[in-house]
Amino acid sequence: MIKFAAIVMALAAMVSGASHARDLVKIDGSSTVFPITEAVAEEFQTAERGKTMVTVGISGTGGGFKKFCRGDTDISDASRPIKDSEQQLCAENGIEYIELPAALDALTVVVNPNNDWVDHLSVAELKKIWQPAAQGRITQWSQVRSSFPNRPLTLFGPGTDSGTYDYFVEAIVNGKSSRGDFTASEDDNVLVQGVANDVNALGFFGLAYYEENRDKLKAVPISWKGGKPVTPSVENAKDASYQPLSRPIFIYVNKQSADTKPHVARFVEFYMNKKHAAPLVKEVGYVPLPEKAYDLAAKKFKNRVTGTVFHGAEVGVGIEELMARTPQG
Amino acid sequence: MANSSLANAQIESARIVAANRRTDLLMASIGILVLGIATLLLTSVFVGLLASGWDRLINPDFYTHFPSRHPQQAGIISAIVGSSLVMLVTAVIAIPLGVAAGLYLEEYAPKNWLTDLIEINVSNLAGVPSIIYGLLALGLFVYAFSLGETILTAGLTLALLILPVIIVATREAVRSIPLELREAAYGLGADKWQVVRMYVLPAARPGIFTGVIVGLARAIGEAAPLITIGALTFIAFLPPLPVQATPPFVNFDWLTSPFTVMPIQLFNWVSRPQAEFHVNAAATGVVLMVMTLAMNALAIYVRLRLRRLHR
Repeated sequence: MIKFAAIVMALAAMVSGASHARDLVKIDGSSTVFPITEAVAEEFQTAERGKTMVTVGISGTGGGFKKFCRGDTDISDASRPIKDSEQQLCAENGIEYIELPAALDALTVVVNPNNDWVDHLSVAELKKIWQPAAQGRITQWSQVRSSFPNRPLTLFGPGTDSGTYDYFVEAIVNGKSSRGDFTASEDDNVLVQGVANDVNALGFFGLAYYEENRDKLKAVPISWKGGKPVTPSVENAKDASYQPLSRPIFIYVNKQSADTKPHVARFVEFYMNKKHAAPLVKEVGYVPLPEKAYDLAAKKFKNRVTGTVFHGAEVGVGIEELMARTPQG
Repeated sequence: MANSSLANAQIESARIVAANRRTDLLMASIGILVLGIATLLLTSVFVGLLASGWDRLINPDFYTHFPSRHPQQAGIISAIVGSSLVMLVTAVIAIPLGVAAGLYLEEYAPKNWLTDLIEINVSNLAGVPSIIYGLLALGLFVYAFSLGETILTAGLTLALLILPVIIVATREAVRSIPLELREAAYGLGADKWQVVRMYVLPAARPGIFTGVIVGLARAIGEAAPLITIGALTFIAFLPPLPVQATPPFVNFDWLTSPFTVMPIQLFNWVSRPQAEFHVNAAATGVVLMVMTLAMNALAIYVRLRLRRLHR
């Protein structure tokens, strides 16, 4: 009994020694951005030698902004730009934010490897497949292009409240919603399995899921506005030739946190340092920004430039062009 | 004549006995078959997880490391500690409240329309999807009471979630106690509380414990309501210990600590693109199942001990 008490005391002493007030960086938001922020957080904590702690949640882009605009979190991960309604919420609570691109993702349209008829698809053909009016009507491959065989068309896509879905629909259908009769899953690995097991399938998700499953899937080159079909890849996303399905993903920093908590500012500086960001982003399966874009982002943060460069929906804009804009709001 | 009718009756009864035996045998085989299928399913899931997660399970680092972007170095220490502490809070709140509410409804409450209404609602609450409890908790505990995204909030949320299960189980268990037991006790001059405390509760214990086990096993596997209230996914530090070296020796700071739990860690790893993370997810699944089984074993052990003490 005495021995037990001694052990407890020793443990307690150890912990209470280590647990005095630690600096905390609170992050929540998109599960798409999570792997990047997790990697940066891990490296940052190592670099700070345990002085600063970082916590990262996965409430989703929308859920993350709800907390961010209440002032509950210091940084919000977002797989799409902040919406007008969220900007309003932030404004009501007096939250100013700095919008910083973290990486690029290339939404990849995939088919089964035994599909020998699709060599590429145009954005117009994808729209024909995915627009709401196609529901129950476009059910055969031959309806998409007359040279395709008369086979049933089965569709797979991410859940309708994911940023990935929002962006795809925006870029392809130019609207807020797509047809509803497709197999939706929040877990992209389920979509991978679905397309891998069905020769008639077509699906879309982030590039990382294609890269990890190259043997089970075939990526479809996409042509836009009469241009040449471009294959989704790290290089083509980085030089902005893969459009309109390349999208930037973001972190939003609470300006007040950045000003009053030095550890939050240190974390963001660490995140936007190209020496850390580029290799980490690549390691977790995303496309790093061009180095110049990280420099521009670091400068933007240093000057505390608040607001968003996005107003309303837009797609197919290169990252360098975005960085050159002056934010408003 | 009389002899032959007697013989007929004997033959007849022998026929009925044989038929009943056949039915018994049939029912027993169906029962064994169903049990076999259920056990086989559970075993195959467990063995499948065990096989795919084996490499991580035998690595002690898996149990002592924090999550990481390197699948080989990632561990579940923050999830194990988080799940254990959340379950502790849940049990401490839900068990006394649930048992007391069940006892009141069954033993004390007058049988009228109000009691009926409460009964129906409690039974319905047991079937409400867990995400609804998460939304309720977000509005009530996190925003209205400003408890934040803490272990205390999570424990309270899961306690709400399993309260109906415990209440319903308690009522069923109490209701199944024979009336004669109570009447015998009353006959010896015991008052109502004495009857409940000394006879009804001890006799109803096995049923109550079963309800508690079912409730806690449901709670430990929940991810959705905890994600809603803001449980984290990456957290590389532990809550402060509940005991300390300086007076008053106990410390409740851990209640206000941010946390993650096993199902959330599992969910995150399952949805990652890299196959190495899926190995971690399988290993986490095994640990979660073992934790659930351990909890059940503990409850069964306590039940047996109490039963022995009671005799």
